[in-house]
Amino acid sequence: MKITQRTFDAVIVGAGGAGLRAALQLSESGLRTAVLTKVFPTRSHTVAAQGGVAASLGNSEEDHWHWHMYDTVKGSDWLGDQDAIEFMCRKANEVVIELEHYGMPFDRTDAGKIYQRPFGGHMSNFGEKPVRRSCAAADRTGHAMLHALYQRNVRANTQFFVEWMALDLIRDAEGEVLGVTALEMETGEIVAFQAKATIFATGGAGRIYHSSTNAFINTGDGPGMAARAGIPLEDMEFWQFHPTGVAGAGVLITEGVRGEGGILRNSAGERFMERYAPNAKDLASRDVVSRAMVTEINEGRGCGPHKDFVLLDITHLDPKVIMQRLPGIREISIQFANVDPIKEPIPVVPTCHYQMGGIPTNYVAQVVAPSGGKDAIVPGFYAAGECACASVHGANRLGTNSLLDLLVFGKSAGESAAEDVKKSAKAHKPVPQEAIERTLSRLDRLETQKDGADVRETLLAMQRTMQNHCGVFRFADKLKEGVARILDVQRDAQRIGIKDKSKVFNTARAEALELDNLIEVAVATMVSAEARKESRGAHVRDDAPDTPENPNGRDDKNWLKHTLWFKDGNRLDYKPVQLNPLTVGTIELKKRAY
Amino acid sequence: MDEARAARLRRLRWHCRRALLELDLMFQRYWRRVDEGHDIDAESEAALTRLVAMEDHDLWELVSGREKTGDPRLNGMLDRLRQI
Ligand SMILES: Cc1cc2nc3c(=O)[nH]c(=O)nc-3n(C[C@H](O)[C@H](O)[C@H](O)COP(=O)(O)OP(=O)(O)OC[C@H]3O[C@@H](n4cnc5c(N)ncnc54)[C@H](O)[C@@H]3O)c2cc1C
Repeated sequence: MKITQRTFDAVIVGAGGAGLRAALQLSESGLRTAVLTKVFPTRSHTVAAQGGVAASLGNSEEDHWHWHMYDTVKGSDWLGDQDAIEFMCRKANEVVIELEHYGMPFDRTDAGKIYQRPFGGHMSNFGEKPVRRSCAAADRTGHAMLHALYQRNVRANTQFFVEWMALDLIRDAEGEVLGVTALEMETGEIVAFQAKATIFATGGAGRIYHSSTNAFINTGDGPGMAARAGIPLEDMEFWQFHPTGVAGAGVLITEGVRGEGGILRNSAGERFMERYAPNAKDLASRDVVSRAMVTEINEGRGCGPHKDFVLLDITHLDPKVIMQRLPGIREISIQFANVDPIKEPIPVVPTCHYQMGGIPTNYVAQVVAPSGGKDAIVPGFYAAGECACASVHGANRLGTNSLLDLLVFGKSAGESAAEDVKKSAKAHKPVPQEAIERTLSRLDRLETQKDGADVRETLLAMQRTMQNHCGVFRFADKLKEGVARILDVQRDAQRIGIKDKSKVFNTARAEALELDNLIEVAVATMVSAEARKESRGAHVRDDAPDTPENPNGRDDKNWLKHTLWFKDGNRLDYKPVQLNPLTVGTIELKKRAY
Repeated sequence: MDEARAARLRRLRWHCRRALLELDLMFQRYWRRVDEGHDIDAESEAALTRLVAMEDHDLWELVSGREKTGDPRLNGMLDRLRQI
């Protein structure tokens, strides 16, 4: 079947921080640029980010990009690529100041400079003491960032396709990426977007877990499309869990609550963090607190009828403090946990928060995949933001480094793409009909499936499987069983049926298409996690404990390498971590301790 | 229900996909009730259409009750969202 084709120099999928930053770079360099997005740009998940964006501006005290680089390598538990990390930390000041010039209303010091505050894991002088490195715009940093970038894009004539859902990557026989197929929600029409450069900036896939801080829109469409087109996914076993999501809902309760004196308690009312972290107690790092909570639950000291959460207690705080310093927490607790935290503690569980892995790229955001035994650039394809893996976050991301990643690699994706487009031949390569047919047959299958599986039930089965078998704390037998179970769920996902066959804004169809992507990410995660027999950063296995040879269970001899998962046959491959930075010396391997 | 209205409601449902999980969850509860057969009348449709056009943080302030709206046409829907 023939479908409408639209032609651009560059097409970007995603209008969050990464997509908008990339689009700006392309439009301002005079290229015809299209941005596709499932929702209005300023409804992208970046809006949820409150904490800030990291840059070693040194406005409040002395700071240096090299210290930031050290913290990021250490935070990544040495799985981050040191060339990409150096690149990001060195570029931070430039991209933050650019954003200021675009009109971002950063908080300011009395002297009029960007105000900076401390954030977990960011230190001065190579890990010596906390440093003020985070730049914020009140508690709406992500929101302000998106508005500034969107306005600027409108001025630069970026062409937005709002409520368009990209479905599949278009790749030709030589492996070159030539655009995407997409669905217009308003009409149900399928269109091929042909481009010399295709950039994915589709955000994270946090909805693969049952308990997630991520909005419903975060369905891993970019990684799903890439995997179907034969591109591997990197380091998918690494997911950051936030210790305090509201049990059953996932809504994030900020670290600030424990900062103000909130205490975690088990079913006996015990302040259990005293046993796990005698000094830092409830303020220990995210992974330490999350693991302690899960241990309490696993050992039967959880609360509630199913003993499956612990309590965050602020009842001893002055209600005035709660209302003034923790705005919003009371409303969240009342709405989603049905408790007034002034009178009763809040039920919380460690909750999936951030995807460290993703579509593999080099440090200038070009997608790379192995070819003939080494990494080769996939022509015409770029990725940035949470859907990509550069890899700067390695096995564990530092707070405020994600917004920085969006700006640095969004810009760099735009620059790389602009350069390649300007170098390329005048004419676009023809779109192969097979690529179009693949999308059409996927849609056709949805329409004609008899006695199909239900989208929501299958989604829930996937989320429960991930939560129970591949959560904060991982066990060899559970992971093994998890692989078998998630493959079962995948079989159901391949025979989803929808009852509603309407064309206009068919949300059932959209959800089914999203599930196609989520399930790829879930399988990649489970298979990669089962195979990695060490503990590192956010991937913690019960059978890889802290020993003198392998501190924290990390096994550099065998596992200092990136995982690559291929959809075809669930095959795994590995590639070395880039330990050589661009200009400075290697940050040598050490035990990660704070 | 005629197809034009059905399409309008499906579009409205998509516009309830938000950047903040808090809002996703509130709207999910609402639409679940609609799926269970609760009617969405013209007035509710109009109120919801106005609400979803707002920015996420502002909308959450209203839905959670931390801020009040000056538009009396929205209060019924806001109460309902909070109570479900
Ligand atoms: C509650 C919360 C608080 C956070 N706070 C911070 C913080 O303070 N600091 C920090 O650094 N990080 C923070 N993070 C992490 C950070 O917000 C995210 O990693 C980041 O915003 C992701 O941005 P992105 O541009 O990659 O994607 P997103 O902002 O998620 O945007 C994805 C875009 O892709 C589009 N899209 C997706 N699929 C398709 C498709 N198939 N077709 C068309 N369009 C598509 C969407 O419409 C959207 O426009 C936080 C995360 C959460 C959940």
